[in-house]
Amino acid sequence: MRTRTPIRDHDAESSLFAGRVIFAIVVIIGLFTVILGNLYHLQVDEYNDLQTRSNDNRIKLVPIAPNRGLIYDRNGTLLAENLPVYSLEVIPEEVSDLNQQVAEIAQLLNIEPDAIEDFERNVKTQRRFNHVTVLDEMNEQQIARFAAKQHKFPGFSIEARLVRHYPFNDLLTHVVGYVAKINRRDVQRLDELGRLPNYAASRTIGKLGIEKYYEEQLHGEVGYRSVEVNNRGRVVRTLNTEPPQPGSDIVLELDIELQRKATEILGENRGSIILMDAKTGGILAMASTPSYNPNWFVSGISVDRYRSLLNSRHSPLLNRATQGGYPPASTIKPQLGLLGLQSGEITPTTRIWDPGWFEIKGVDRRYRDWLAWGHGWVNVSKAITESCDTFYYDLALKLGVDKISDFMHQFGFGEKTGIDIAEEIPAIMPNSGWKRARYGEPWYAGETLSVGIGQSYWTATPMQLVAATGVMANYGEFVVPRLLKGYGTLSELDAVEPEYKPPVAVDKPSYWQVVHDAMVSVTSDVHGTAHSAFRKAPYSSAGKTGTAQVVNLGEDEEYVAEEVAEKYRDNAMYVGYAPAESPEVVIAVAIENVVGGGGSIAAPAARRLLDTWHKRYHPEQYEEVESAND
Amino acid sequence: MLTTEERQRHPLLKKLHLDGPLLLGLLTLCVASLFIVYSASGQNMDMVIRQAIRIGAALATLFVVAQLPPRFYERISPLIYGLGVLLLIAVLLVGEVGKGAQRWLDLGPVTIQPSEIMKLAMPLMIAWFINQRALPPRFLRILAALTLVLLPTLLIAKQPDLGTSLLVASAGLFVIFFAGLSWRLIVFAVMLVLAFLPVLWIYLMHDYQRQRVLTFLNPELDPLGSGYHIIQSKIAIGSGGIDGKGWLQGTQSQLEFLPERHTDFIFSVISEEFGLIGVTLLLALYTFIIIRGLIIALRTQDMFGKLLAASLTLTFFVYVFVNIGMVSGLLPVVGVPLPLISYGGTSMVTLMAGFGIIMSAATHHRLIIRDGYQ
Repeated sequence: MRTRTPIRDHDAESSLFAGRVIFAIVVIIGLFTVILGNLYHLQVDEYNDLQTRSNDNRIKLVPIAPNRGLIYDRNGTLLAENLPVYSLEVIPEEVSDLNQQVAEIAQLLNIEPDAIEDFERNVKTQRRFNHVTVLDEMNEQQIARFAAKQHKFPGFSIEARLVRHYPFNDLLTHVVGYVAKINRRDVQRLDELGRLPNYAASRTIGKLGIEKYYEEQLHGEVGYRSVEVNNRGRVVRTLNTEPPQPGSDIVLELDIELQRKATEILGENRGSIILMDAKTGGILAMASTPSYNPNWFVSGISVDRYRSLLNSRHSPLLNRATQGGYPPASTIKPQLGLLGLQSGEITPTTRIWDPGWFEIKGVDRRYRDWLAWGHGWVNVSKAITESCDTFYYDLALKLGVDKISDFMHQFGFGEKTGIDIAEEIPAIMPNSGWKRARYGEPWYAGETLSVGIGQSYWTATPMQLVAATGVMANYGEFVVPRLLKGYGTLSELDAVEPEYKPPVAVDKPSYWQVVHDAMVSVTSDVHGTAHSAFRKAPYSSAGKTGTAQVVNLGEDEEYVAEEVAEKYRDNAMYVGYAPAESPEVVIAVAIENVVGGGGSIAAPAARRLLDTWHKRYHPEQYEEVESAND
Repeated sequence: MLTTEERQRHPLLKKLHLDGPLLLGLLTLCVASLFIVYSASGQNMDMVIRQAIRIGAALATLFVVAQLPPRFYERISPLIYGLGVLLLIAVLLVGEVGKGAQRWLDLGPVTIQPSEIMKLAMPLMIAWFINQRALPPRFLRILAALTLVLLPTLLIAKQPDLGTSLLVASAGLFVIFFAGLSWRLIVFAVMLVLAFLPVLWIYLMHDYQRQRVLTFLNPELDPLGSGYHIIQSKIAIGSGGIDGKGWLQGTQSQLEFLPERHTDFIFSVISEEFGLIGVTLLLALYTFIIIRGLIIALRTQDMFGKLLAASLTLTFFVYVFVNIGMVSGLLPVVGVPLPLISYGGTSMVTLMAGFGIIMSAATHHRLIIRDGYQ
């Protein structure tokens, strides 16, 4: 074919071609320069950014939960511990026939079909390389059975984690509280506090009591494991581990033996007993009955069980020590007597005649004393010792409710004591302004008389009573009740200092003495209302009984405890401290709806607990007896 | 460049119809390929062995092709082209479907990809056709040549295989360019293509092809979907820095964040593990091979051989440019492997056959030594 084109200038064609080749070389070098420039841009200019993104791709942080701090009582008894719980986990990606294997395991370990359905649902929502729980909280038999056949189930493994456990069950629920699963509200709150990242690996959080109040100290700091993952998220290797900082152990002022005794004394009754160190405010015992098992809440309480706790007419969820608002009744007579002396309305020798009732001038109603035939001539000392109502009707009327209310606030009535749990109410210390705001009604003189014997609208928690009685024991010094003794363990205790509220001041120290002596007479004088309860006690003590009406009786109605419905029976109250000459402990007792009163029910209860305390803390006084027994 | 004296020091290569420098460049690439495939495959020795076997087969093909003189290829050009077009039509009618495209033809014991044949048949056919008359070609001949280019290009684009149709079209167009297509026409053609782009976009491109272009324009638009490839690739390249993370140490590739890492995106693995230094060396090696191929084209006496060698060399350049351009975000992602490095058989054999033809052109004619081109 070439022969048909004879006139071809090969030199011209070659030079044309050569020109094109040179052009091509220039273009090629130009384009390669562009490529190289772009690579330079990526690998040098954007290196830092892309290096970071490369690391973001491959490095994931896996949080590690810190171990929660343990809780001890003052003698080192463990009150809240962490126990290993075992669960059967599987990584679906590593199992060839998941359904078949799970079916075999279900048969081997007797797993409920419901649990298997839950598992199958979880498998679908999880990524295939993540752990999915097949069976939580395995028992020992299940662990043993699976361990023996583990080789048959590759991809399945038993994983251990620590779960909070309360060995004393319902004995300490109202003190120690419990932890439970972190819910959406907790997440929101932690987020607002900026503490959410610290809970990245935590399953539970303190919900009540000490567990809640000292959550920050008990929880500890989360740790992290940085791992390298592939594009499917599977962990290839661990790069670095920053171990979690375990939470701080804490020691409570509580004495588990006294707590056990206080609870035993309350028995089937509803009520509360608190025993407080008079100097430090340390709470040695704080019982509230009925109670419930805190371990139910740790891994999730069933709806039925929770509903039955919530609806029980005995209100076990109520912490009666700090949330129970009881009429304080006659237990506040010492403070009120002090106010009488301080205000000058009475002197230690001022006396009135008690016929068994009191009348306000111009009002045709008799206010009855608890002693129908009256106490005769009564001064403030006798009024406290025998708990004379008429004397206090008279005194209260002279003082007026607002003066009483102001003074009682100094003793902490109507205010939270500041004890270190969140479940506390301020209760009610009424005055005329309060009543107008609350009911839109004026204050009546008759109500002032009721306030004079610690009733009417006045309510107080046992914790307020123990704190206010502590002020009496310490002649005005106001120590705040506290459960925490310190951080760490007993051998290396970082103890916390006692806290104080502003002291109650009176013009003459002798006023304290008058009231103190009268309170001692309550237990020592033959006419004292707690005399029989404290007969032959091996220690001296001061106290005051109280019997609070739950229902108001008419002027002429007779109250016969056995005949009224249980929930309308009186509450029995007692406050006191011992030893009288140098107070070491303060006690408050409130027992609901009993047949009897402060003297016959609450004072003997206080005696039993004080006896136990005395034996434990002053054993030297019992040595002779014990050696005699040996 | 080899002088006459140097060539005489290599009588064996001459006798075997091989070009020493070009062969050295290709062998270096092949050895590098084995190491890189080992890393990119997640240290899979089986894949390395398979790649080695392919390299062996490809080199054997090169050797055989190089033994035949350019005149032989000139003679069979129309035949191969005709056969190629027929096979392409057959693919569209009865081809095997894979990845949403019909590319393979099942011929009993073997499946073949006719578009690969066309990579060689196209420059052969156009070179033969243009060389029928004196150069530069007249307008009508150019028009005829363009038709010859367009027919298989459209058939391949219809499969659809944008990357290969691009390469095949380039191979044909380069021949026309080297034959001396007038600059006026070139400028006119470029403007025509630009005007044609909207038509291409609306009527001729498939959805997934349009998606690729959109993703190219802004990969962050769909970081977990179609933009994922290019974003991960850029991360791999950039995080390599100047000296790289080291062989087998690239986290993007070893931890499988980088998709298609042993095939189309193998350049990103090289960038990540060997850094800017490594890719500069690789580009230098490619430049060396391309320049050598063009020198051979200049030295070849016969115009058919010249056109063929230059076109094949430039097609090789297009491979390199398009692949690196796409993995580094300069060009949209079209399925073009990194030549002689990427894991995969067909293109390796076709490329080596192309170099066989270049070597044939280099060794079967007396070379013209002219001062201007040394």
